[in-house]
Amino acid sequence: MGTIEATLQFLNPEGVLAGKPEYLLEDEKVLEAYRLMVLTRHVDARMVTLQRQGTITFALSSTGEEACAVGAAFGLMPQDWIYPQYREVGALFARGFPLEGFIHNMFCNGLDLNKGRQMPNHFGSKEHNIVTVSSPIATKIPHAAGCAYAMKLQGEDAISLCFFGEGATSEGDFHAGLNFAAVLDAPCLFFCRNNRYAISTPTSSQFRSEGIYPKAAGYGIEGMRIDGNDLFAVYDAVKRARALKKPVLIEAMTYRLGAHSTSDDPSVYRKSEEVEEAKKYDPLLRLNKYLISKGLWNSEKESALLEKVQQEVTEAIEEAKIAPRPEVETMIEDVYFETPPSLKKQLGEVAR
Amino acid sequence: MINMIQALNQALMQRMSRDERVVVFGEDCGFFGGVFRVTSGLQQKFGKERAFDAPLCEQGIVGFAIGMAQKGMKPCCEIQFADYIFPAYDQIVNELAKMRYRTGGQYSSPVVIRTPYGGGIHGGLYHSQSPEAQFLHTPGLRVVVPSGPYEAKGLLITALRGNDPVLFLEPKRIYRSLKEKVPEEEYEIPFGKADIARIGSQVTLVGWGAQHHQNMQAAEECGLDVEVINLRTLSPWDKAAVFRSVEKTGRLLVAHEAPKTGGFGAEIAAAVMEEAFLHLKAPVMRVAGLDTPFPHTLEKEYLPDAPRVVKALQEIVKY
Repeated sequence: MGTIEATLQFLNPEGVLAGKPEYLLEDEKVLEAYRLMVLTRHVDARMVTLQRQGTITFALSSTGEEACAVGAAFGLMPQDWIYPQYREVGALFARGFPLEGFIHNMFCNGLDLNKGRQMPNHFGSKEHNIVTVSSPIATKIPHAAGCAYAMKLQGEDAISLCFFGEGATSEGDFHAGLNFAAVLDAPCLFFCRNNRYAISTPTSSQFRSEGIYPKAAGYGIEGMRIDGNDLFAVYDAVKRARALKKPVLIEAMTYRLGAHSTSDDPSVYRKSEEVEEAKKYDPLLRLNKYLISKGLWNSEKESALLEKVQQEVTEAIEEAKIAPRPEVETMIEDVYFETPPSLKKQLGEVAR
Repeated sequence: MINMIQALNQALMQRMSRDERVVVFGEDCGFFGGVFRVTSGLQQKFGKERAFDAPLCEQGIVGFAIGMAQKGMKPCCEIQFADYIFPAYDQIVNELAKMRYRTGGQYSSPVVIRTPYGGGIHGGLYHSQSPEAQFLHTPGLRVVVPSGPYEAKGLLITALRGNDPVLFLEPKRIYRSLKEKVPEEEYEIPFGKADIARIGSQVTLVGWGAQHHQNMQAAEECGLDVEVINLRTLSPWDKAAVFRSVEKTGRLLVAHEAPKTGGFGAEIAAAVMEEAFLHLKAPVMRVAGLDTPFPHTLEKEYLPDAPRVVKALQEIVKY
């Protein structure tokens, strides 16, 4: 995968920590991050299987990109807001959102916080300062800028972090969000996961610049390019960006090891050799090697973790399977602050 | 006696004084006070953080406002002309209007978007449009059109105190031409409550915004006993007031500046057919802008002015 020119890397693909991050994760935090990344990868795989079995309608996975979500979430404070794309389930878990809640979200059932209104993987939790995902890929970028500006007006020690893929940077909302944040000096961290594909479209068909990072200069803001498969680099970059309390654009170089979604077949547009090559740079693999080399991890611990994760996910799936559908009455709730009589009348036309 | 610009400015001044969550921005809205001067003096009084110039980017203005509102602020942003709102259409339709719904009630974005709208100022295609119908098909959004200074102030205060996103369409033709007595203190005009501006028995004539004044003139000049209803808000719209009137008069004429096909008049006509069909003595009629882009030189002929409304009123009673 010679095209990745990571500016900032601490943990190399062999699992060796080279260089000295300004902000270094303590061993206990590294272990916690590893567990969350393992959980995320396992959940993703199980959800794809459930979709294939016809149990849920759709699934997206973040396989190969887990270090971005978990590392970035670890670099933030609880009062910071996160605007996820949909490949950041790891950030949701890192914030302490319960696994069961996420599985309900995947089932879009009556216990889903979205009341079953959106497709699976459109998670969010006000309690955890994570803004619910919406399907349009870049619309949230100006929201994150506005949220950060509000934080500044409110005098809070907080920033907003917005995740998006490199494909989203072609949208007008990317330009709008970065330019507004720059002009109004809003403490917004724009975190671009450059995973090389927007569904099937490669970066060569998406932009002619040398990646996303150089665009920061065009907006007059700080920019960083990091190895997005390196937990240590992601954590360090986010911590440093946060400390600036200014708009920052981070381009995290990574690779989408899985399909775009369960509706996609990547074998049509990319060679299996390319995917096999990319697997050498897997963020989980190198973290595993690192932990083993430091004596913090071994195969017994790995088996025990996998078993625990598998069991927890199975239990959550079983619970979600028997959860009720959303009540029909909820269809007309939350359209307006108060449900108007006209909607109650329309609900009367619905068969129940 | 003050005009609509002054009434709107007064509402903003008072809300910003009493609610520090209120922030005003848009193109040229800071130091300059906006091209129509609605926000004039706000930056001087409340500072650059709460009243500022936005970069020229409508989707950015609305998107930025959404994020601020999510974080607990009350943004009142301006789109310089309603004709330029379309770059923000995605933000309005897919994000602003759906925020509470798609997050299961966790997040909301009660932004107020003010925008000058409608024809009659020699503005040609791109400074004259009346795009209300394009937003009325969007659940979650409130759409408001004042017809004078008194309504403008009261409706804007209601919008700024409310919890839903509001598209506030300001008929620019009557920004300065119409003066009214407006209470100095704050007051609200409720959404969904029409004004029965003239009581009559033969025909019900429904309109909003600047068109309402053409309708009033037509009612005076046509020699018939016309009941004139000014809707004030289109989402929600006062169905009960219209049905009640049609039950009495048996005839309905709707007049609006926007093109006839797919205009809000069609929705009103359909609702009356569903709810008051047996009271009708004549088909519901519409007087509207033509199904063409808005012309510059032939603006006067394009707009459904009082003489065109008079003609339609006379036709409907003869049916």
